[in-house]
Amino acid sequence: MDGFVGTYLIPGVIMVAQSLLLLVLLLVFIAYLLYADRKVWAAVQMRRGPNVVGPWGLFQSFADLLKFVLKEPIVPSGSNKGIFLLAPVVTATLAFAAWAVIPFDAGWVISNINVGILYIFAISSLGVYGIIMAGWASNSKYPFLAALRSAAQMVSYEVSIGFVIVTVLLCVGSLNLSDIVVAQETGLGTRLGLVPSLLDWHWLPLLPMFVVFFVSALAETNRPPFDLVEAESELVAGFMSEYSATPYLLFMLGEYVSIVLMCALGSILFLGGWLPPVSIAPFTWIPGIVWFVLKLSLLFFMFAMVKAFVPRYRYDQLMRLGWKVFLPLSLASVFVVAAVLQYMGWAP
Amino acid sequence: MEDLLRDYLPIVVFIGIGAVIAIALMASSFLIAYRNPDPEKLSAYECGFNAFDDARMKFDVRFYLVAILFIIFDLEVAFLFPWAITFGDLGWYGFWSMMLFLGVLTVGFIYEWKKGALEWD
Amino acid sequence: MILHTLFFYLFSVVTIASALMVISSRNPVHSVLFLILAFFNAAGLFLLLGAEFLAMILVVVYVGAVAVLFLFVVMMLDVDFVELRQGFLQYLPVGGLIGVVLLAELLIVLGGWAFAPTVGSAPVAPIPAISEMTNTAAIGQLLYTRYIFFFQAAGFVLLVAMIGAIVLTLRHKPGVKRQNIAAQVARRATVEIRHVEPGQGL
Repeated sequence: MDGFVGTYLIPGVIMVAQSLLLLVLLLVFIAYLLYADRKVWAAVQMRRGPNVVGPWGLFQSFADLLKFVLKEPIVPSGSNKGIFLLAPVVTATLAFAAWAVIPFDAGWVISNINVGILYIFAISSLGVYGIIMAGWASNSKYPFLAALRSAAQMVSYEVSIGFVIVTVLLCVGSLNLSDIVVAQETGLGTRLGLVPSLLDWHWLPLLPMFVVFFVSALAETNRPPFDLVEAESELVAGFMSEYSATPYLLFMLGEYVSIVLMCALGSILFLGGWLPPVSIAPFTWIPGIVWFVLKLSLLFFMFAMVKAFVPRYRYDQLMRLGWKVFLPLSLASVFVVAAVLQYMGWAP
Repeated sequence: MEDLLRDYLPIVVFIGIGAVIAIALMASSFLIAYRNPDPEKLSAYECGFNAFDDARMKFDVRFYLVAILFIIFDLEVAFLFPWAITFGDLGWYGFWSMMLFLGVLTVGFIYEWKKGALEWD
Repeated sequence: MILHTLFFYLFSVVTIASALMVISSRNPVHSVLFLILAFFNAAGLFLLLGAEFLAMILVVVYVGAVAVLFLFVVMMLDVDFVELRQGFLQYLPVGGLIGVVLLAELLIVLGGWAFAPTVGSAPVAPIPAISEMTNTAAIGQLLYTRYIFFFQAAGFVLLVAMIGAIVLTLRHKPGVKRQNIAAQVARRATVEIRHVEPGQGL
């Protein structure tokens, strides 16, 4: 009996506790990112933004949560009920699932698997299912058209994200996310004899790929300017038109969780994850997770600014950008990066 | 082997807890909120009139073409992953091996560009 | 080890059950969703074998790409599935024949194990231990050098698939106006402001 407690019970409880802690912290963090998103958007438009609930409107997101829970949930009579209700759960669960392999600091990760980046790539390629299922199960015209558009859009940009990830992997030589961060301790700067700093991170040598990644991440998460799925002037609220109350909340939550995931992935691949910007005294005292969250928030701020001041794309322009600009560009960069690494003998 | 599986168990637990949170959130509204359904409220959304016919209709074959092209490029990316991480050991032979593979697919890419398969109308 | 066995039976039972549901459910969309469930459990079985790369690729390629196409086809193409089902009895002999062939092949493989139990322990390229090398790297070491011809053949198969898809599906609508971005960008400024007296015109 003692063996059972030692081998299964205690590790099991620790696992559950870690997962629960991460998920709760993530949700609270996202509640405040939502608030920040609205404040940034308001500031650009010279409005005040949410400022009523709590001091400076700090409890706005929690009030919204309560509102969603108390709204009447509607299941349309013509819908396929099972799939209609499954779709939001699938969206939210998949969005959460990818966080299991994100390293917040050296060793601070739920599971440090060998194929971490591939796992994230796999999970993010499943994001399209929630949308297709919702659009089809609603049995209504606008959600159906939006689901089609969104599926085609998401798969188009996933290809370029795949090629961008491959260019980063060429510089690292491992699929493990922690290894990708550690590999950025040395780079261009240290080759010139400087202390390890932000010049070593991948954003500098792979700058065009960072831009491609950022824009593709916007398209992949249906963020403005690529939010054609829910272009309100054309498709009402897109695939979510028939949803209300918490099923709707789950879609919105899933969307924000995957936006933050893309920010986290961007900071791991290009901005050195938990590494400090310069490896000298005052910066190295601050724990790695602070740097990680700062980088993540910086990327999220860029997401928010893009939403605030870039006009929406037209659908044919969106497909052109994905297939005719980003795909050839990222394919060519795989070739160029591989050739340079091999020629200089820098391949890991 | 056992170590490998030990890495994956936390992921299963994590996904499980994520799913429980999602289901709990969803159920809360169905349990707590006031519900008063009527036929108009439950009908499909259509700007002010009743829907003419079934919402599921035939659509442009172009969407299938995008999906097929996506499968092909996705496979290409799948072939690139093991290459990218053993790249240093494989040397120039591995480099040209992959470049030949990518070259063949680039021929296909140029073909579809010239044929106008990437145009959206 | 108990957990290992437990998960093995869980995955295999769900795989078989959902595979049965794929062919027996009435709604084709439900069939595809069960197919996706079957793929997931097959990925789980790969993981239990220690093949983590294959497990992830199975999810990326089959669930993330192939099943999306299937869903597109069954959800949105107006196929009359009742009519399709009427041919069920007609195709039963052919389907049964294929089933028998597959069964025979499986039996031959199993028979091979029974006759020569050592055949599995002498592969051409043995799998390195997971502690020495991740299996992604192990695949990479072999695929692009030792099995280069198969790898290139895969490239040609993909090329044929790409060209085939375009030849079969691409139809241009006549009279569509398209935006030519290169021409727009290359255009020189021809707009100018001229002062025009009222009632004069240009």
